[in-house]
Amino acid sequence: MPHLAVADLTATYPGTDKPVLENVSLEVAKGEIVSLIGPSGSGKSTLLRVLVGLLPPTSGSVRIDGEAIDYTSRRSLKSARDRLAIVFQQYNLFQNMTALGNVTIAPIRIKGWRRPEVEADAARLLAKVGLADKHASYPDQLSGGQQQRVAIARALALKPEILLLDEVTSALDPELVGEVLDTIRVLAADGMTMLIVSHEMGFVREVSSRVVMMDQGSIVETGPPAQVFDAPVTARAREFVSRILRH
Amino acid sequence: MLDRIISEAPRFFTYYNMVFLLEAMGRTLLMTLIGVSLGFVLGFMLDFARRTPGRAWLPLRLAATLYVETFRRIPFLVILFIVLFAIQGFRFSVSLFGVAMIAICVISSAFCAEIIRAGFDSIHQTQWDTAAVMNFGRLQTLRHVVLPQAWRVILPPAFAFMVMFIKDTALASQLGVVELTFAGKVLSTRGFSAILVFGTVLVLYFVLSYPLSRLGGWLERRLAPSRGR
Repeated sequence: MPHLAVADLTATYPGTDKPVLENVSLEVAKGEIVSLIGPSGSGKSTLLRVLVGLLPPTSGSVRIDGEAIDYTSRRSLKSARDRLAIVFQQYNLFQNMTALGNVTIAPIRIKGWRRPEVEADAARLLAKVGLADKHASYPDQLSGGQQQRVAIARALALKPEILLLDEVTSALDPELVGEVLDTIRVLAADGMTMLIVSHEMGFVREVSSRVVMMDQGSIVETGPPAQVFDAPVTARAREFVSRILRH
Repeated sequence: MLDRIISEAPRFFTYYNMVFLLEAMGRTLLMTLIGVSLGFVLGFMLDFARRTPGRAWLPLRLAATLYVETFRRIPFLVILFIVLFAIQGFRFSVSLFGVAMIAICVISSAFCAEIIRAGFDSIHQTQWDTAAVMNFGRLQTLRHVVLPQAWRVILPPAFAFMVMFIKDTALASQLGVVELTFAGKVLSTRGFSAILVFGTVLVLYFVLSYPLSRLGGWLERRLAPSRGR
């Protein structure tokens, strides 16, 4: 059974007619890393937003371990959000809290876990993302790359089963991209199930078990990285790949 | 003129006159503190009403918006008279102090609603979204994430407004509320020189408003510590 199964998912932004996602279906197995690529506006990030319930789907289904998420039910959405975590392009750290505060707030206040254990776990996670010495720093005292790594640690502190990464490196200076990608490599080695939206094609090729290419709200091609990048089947995929490889 | 003031001073700074002035000052402070504090709470409710989603809440949204946009634009003195005559019209028995207080609430709630709106607007939607996907409820997000950040934007104008309002309460003297300015007028009509009386009143206004500004600064540092890079 796939860990995450999306079937015929369609979503429309409120007040518009044209769907931003149209009949999207994909499956992610446990421990698999699937990357979403495609031009801007193709619906990659929207798909992640729909998965975590920030944009309700108009039709289709999402299942985690076979269990369907009902996005109209608070309880179902809450349990889905317990199992999924998302890291945003703009990190979205809580500006009023230190790095440690950002990582520990939800486990302590929302989950009700015990503070000593949560803090020990947070220290371990911050060390894992290379920020052992930044516990007391506020977001505005950290570089973009450091903030993004705190955001990853914060997502992991909730012990999610599936991690969604939404263009986590595209807001960063080129020299900071490497440190965040290294962090994701560590997670990949740990066997975390991940769905990644990325423009870092070299990285996508390296870590993904499968690549899903989207265009105008639909999936145009799915396959192992070698196939999608080197021998794309559809004309649209060939065009996109030739365009990105030229750079 | 100075020698006249000096010769008058012992007669002016008597126990009775000082108690009279301090009581008036207390009334000024009370009107401002209670009026603006209540206004602050009402302002939160108004802002909440203006943010209700969907068509079902439209009447509430419109009413709140109309209220805020109207009462921010009417001079305090006019509100005072409207409240006074409305209360008299309905034959309620409310003291003049009460009338002034209601008028202050009306104005300060409208202004505070705007100040609070600006504070909440300064917090990006992504902070709400991020908290939501971590299973924060709306109130939990408000308490742990949004308010701590919004204070930084809300507090300075809120205290500036309160300090400004200490001065505006002088208009309540027009109704006959014995606040600081009215007390000055009374003493001045008793024959004390206006410079002496209103000079003292001036000092008392300063004594009222300066600590409030300091309190605002202290709260700001406590609730919204600024961290330069």
